[in-house]
Amino acid sequence: MADLTRDDVLKLARLARLDITDEEADAYRTELTNILQYVEQLQQADVTGLQPTSQVTGLTNVMRDDNVLDYGTTPDDLLRIVPVKQDRQIKVKRMIG
Amino acid sequence: MSQWLPIAELAAKVQAGELKATDLVEQALRTIDEKKEYNAIIATTAERARERAGSIDAAVKNGTKVGRLAGVPFIAKDNFLVFGAETTAGSNILKGFEAPYQATVIERLENEGAICVAKANLDAFGHGGSTENSDFGVTKHPRDTNRVSGGSSGGSAVSIVLDMAPFALGTDTGGSTRQPASFVGCIGYKPTYGLISRHGVVAMASSTDTVGTLARSADDAAYVIDIMAGRDQFDGTTIERDTAGYTGVGADMQGKKVGIIKEWMTTGVHDGVKACIDTIAEKMKAAGAEVIEISLPSLPLALAVYYIVVPAEISSNLSRYDGQRYQYSYPDAKNLDESYMKSRGIGFGAEAKRRIMIGTYVLSSGYYDAYYNRAQTVRTKLINEFNDAFKQVDFLIGPVAPTPAFKIGEHASDPLQMYLADMMTVAPSLVGIPSVSVPSGEADGLPVGVQIMAPQRADRALLGIAKAVEGLRA
Repeated sequence: MADLTRDDVLKLARLARLDITDEEADAYRTELTNILQYVEQLQQADVTGLQPTSQVTGLTNVMRDDNVLDYGTTPDDLLRIVPVKQDRQIKVKRMIG
Repeated sequence: MSQWLPIAELAAKVQAGELKATDLVEQALRTIDEKKEYNAIIATTAERARERAGSIDAAVKNGTKVGRLAGVPFIAKDNFLVFGAETTAGSNILKGFEAPYQATVIERLENEGAICVAKANLDAFGHGGSTENSDFGVTKHPRDTNRVSGGSSGGSAVSIVLDMAPFALGTDTGGSTRQPASFVGCIGYKPTYGLISRHGVVAMASSTDTVGTLARSADDAAYVIDIMAGRDQFDGTTIERDTAGYTGVGADMQGKKVGIIKEWMTTGVHDGVKACIDTIAEKMKAAGAEVIEISLPSLPLALAVYYIVVPAEISSNLSRYDGQRYQYSYPDAKNLDESYMKSRGIGFGAEAKRRIMIGTYVLSSGYYDAYYNRAQTVRTKLINEFNDAFKQVDFLIGPVAPTPAFKIGEHASDPLQMYLADMMTVAPSLVGIPSVSVPSGEADGLPVGVQIMAPQRADRALLGIAKAVEGLRA
């Protein structure tokens, strides 16, 4: 079923916002195809009557009081690690036109 | 012989003023420096560790109460947010990252007087089983420097075997604490999913990520787990701790029912590894346990489930590294899209990219049902089979990995071969049960661990049986 082309890989990389070269795409094409072919064995499993599980300890809708919690972390602590900033704001490249 | 006393004794001596925290920290830092060639450590937190040791010694002198881990040095895998050094998760994209807050477990350990002395090497973001995917180079095996130490918590495991600290923290998403512990010969404990908070730990796959403990003995591991375990308001997946705590567990094999997993003792598993497990099973019987063979027919599918579910969660968790809010950001981007593409394309290593793309593929519309939904349904089947097995036995045992530590570069050209090394550790992760690797013997002159598993929330009993199995060696 899964037999990826170079274009498939480039499209996946584009969706995941990963800049990769054509040479990288060729290497990933083989590796990802092998991995996807391996996981295809699940198609043979009999799962009649079973539901998917994503949370294993049975917790649902974990709530807490809507209070401000003190992390001991200030906005300035978080701004300290920002790559590009101006005054107290994160500066990003223009995104429209 | 270790230069470190059992942790409870070590802390008691610091509390009594018989040992100084400052000396213990210097002892740890000196050992780290002497064993640099193994590349187990990415950075030390020496300055902060010395300050903390000084204040603990001063508190003891003044008669102020100090904690249950007073002056005990430890090493954290470099995906724990810790003050005093960068947190890189072994990756280029996080180089230079100075955590603005600390992980809950680090806070809990520090509140009891423990002192973090260093950050340990790992496969970048925990993606791997050999530390060969670290952007800081591979961690070498203590007995044979041509071999890997396992991973992803390879640095943490090696730090214990090379005696750098009394205990180390790892993480275990699909075996990352148990497998390196097996490869190098120490205790590697993965708790029940949710027992120990992941707040402040760099996320890999949120439905299986756990905090692992690496130690010299089951008692040492239990002592530390007792301090870390339980609910955390910053991690909504955490569960209540055992009201009996995790220390002072009995170590009796008498009358225990143990199942040896049939599907893990087949061809394709190293004969020396199988021999170690058989020997432990015989010794368990001699000590009064009832050992039977148990079949979990869907176990051979676990690895395929894991390599769908986990990349899916990785692709989501790693979307936060966008080059805008912290760390690596491509400096010459002309627009926002190019900034994302280049920051991530340059910042992530090959394995992270591979997993992000697999995750993107299996979650994409059109493939979601065939891959992701299917995998989560087979996961239910695995859970049911483990539940059935635990109706018959108290514990399950088997190998941790199909082979002892492999050679550096042995699986480098084929990522799928590398994934196959995880075949025995991923199922307990998907099912959320606790599992521990305990040193059991040797194969080809290399350590081999036995993996012991218990039902969810039976961590206290599992630590007891781990202690009992330690007693069977000799």
